Amino acid sequence: MASVVLSEAEKLYIVHGIQEDLRVDGRGCEDYRCAEVETDVVSNTSGSARVKLGHTDILVGVKAEMGTPKLEKPDEGYLEFFVDCSANATPEFEGRGGEELGTEIANTFYRVFSSESSIDLKSLCINPREHCWVLYVDVLLLECGGNLFDAISIAVKAALFNTRIPKVRILEDEEGSKEIELSDDPYDCIRLNVDDVPCIVTLSKIGYRHVVDATLQEEACSLASLLISVTSKGALTSMKKMGKGSLDPESIFEMMETGRRVGKSLHIALQKILDEEESLGTSRQKVGFLG
Amino acid sequence: MAAPELLSDEGYRADGRRPAELRKIRARMGVFAQADGSAYIEQGNTKALAVVYGPHEMRGSRSKALPDRALVNCQYSVATFGTSERRRRPRGDRQTGELALQLQQTFEAAILTQLHPRSQIDIYVQILQADGGNYCAGVNAATLAVMDAGIPMRDYVCACSAGLAEDTPLADLSSPEEAAGGPRLVLALLPASGQIALLQLSARLHQERLETVLEAAGQACRALHAVLDRVVRERLREVTALLGD
Repeated sequence: MASVVLSEAEKLYIVHGIQEDLRVDGRGCEDYRCAEVETDVVSNTSGSARVKLGHTDILVGVKAEMGTPKLEKPDEGYLEFFVDCSANATPEFEGRGGEELGTEIANTFYRVFSSESSIDLKSLCINPREHCWVLYVDVLLLECGGNLFDAISIAVKAALFNTRIPKVRILEDEEGSKEIELSDDPYDCIRLNVDDVPCIVTLSKIGYRHVVDATLQEEACSLASLLISVTSKGALTSMKKMGKGSLDPESIFEMMETGRRVGKSLHIALQKILDEEESLGTSRQKVGFLG
Repeated sequence: MAAPELLSDEGYRADGRRPAELRKIRARMGVFAQADGSAYIEQGNTKALAVVYGPHEMRGSRSKALPDRALVNCQYSVATFGTSERRRRPRGDRQTGELALQLQQTFEAAILTQLHPRSQIDIYVQILQADGGNYCAGVNAATLAVMDAGIPMRDYVCACSAGLAEDTPLADLSSPEEAAGGPRLVLALLPASGQIALLQLSARLHQERLETVLEAAGQACRALHAVLDRVVRERLREVTALLGD
């Protein structure tokens, strides 16, 4: 992970401040940084979103392609995650340097989305055992400013909300061979229901308290963090402890409670932005990286 | 022989442009705060991002440090969702490797590397959406990013592609025009001096036509230079206003 070098005095300053519920940028322990979310940034994808959380910049593109369903789930489509840590974020990610972090993030997302209720995979099925939609969710990490997992999960949810999958019809011949016909109208598409898509909340333990949305400096001071994925209803789909240090069980339960609370309000705020964008429709001014 | 659909009877291209017309260019410098220099450019539907780190100490092997000038290290990467058909890997294949070497060659010609001996300058180009002229957009974005980083250059590096439809040279090819199979010339120019930093031609082109196509590419690069210059001056105005000057 891109890291920043801090002196002992700086670390002490951050830790002591957090004990008093005061972080370096003036936030409280449960406040997120100012986030910018924009969908439909890349046009030749089925759906895309860009999230800028402080100095963390993520771009997610979803491409829907036709494939064969997995053997154990013949009447469902599936999601494939790929995370590219680009060298834009830090020179250490040049070449294959970012692969380790990328695989870790992708595996985390596979686990987060492994719950059956997260996304309705049956709606992605075209022909059981033969054809289904495969959603390739590609994450591009452009800038690392701390709290990667949260930002990426927000971007993934926004991109899935923005995804438009073309409607297909199956035509059967007399011989029984099936042909798939894509509708000609580009606006004739199915949308995904993202109400149950979870968002990740990372809680970093600094001193005796835990903070939400840690910056790079705060991550350098924290020994351990807990990553939980929360749905909009407050249900937990997965949990993971990260970091070199150890956590005691009481802290874990406390962090879980905070995480659920914060996660629910995060979902509400995100849904509000997405609905606003949706209501503007085609008249929305696309800013992207130019603003 | 170029396909006849490239240019209609009235002289318009598939996207409504005239043969010598460039696509709409929008650019912005200073996109990321953590990098030394960064820039974003949109040429029509092609979107490219460039980030510059440096000049800094050599990373990796110290033995590769050049005693009299800086080492320019480039990487060219295309987002997996950037092309119409999904790419398996963003970089690491032969094509992106070759383009990275070409970037290095182009920028070594322009950056005043003698001012920073024994150090390294990293230029990372990321193509977010590929719709023709990807490498050129990358070079233009990298020029702006190097300027944003404050690294002295001999001149702007402006790149543009050009092709041929029957007898008319076309400037700034889009993806369907590139795929049509006609000759394709990529030119990276240092506009003030007129020096060519990179010249690449693919597919067959008759020797007699080379001059016209080269001239069209040169004109396009000079037009691009005007746009990039405007962006840089606008950015300078913005930054000095922020500094309270």
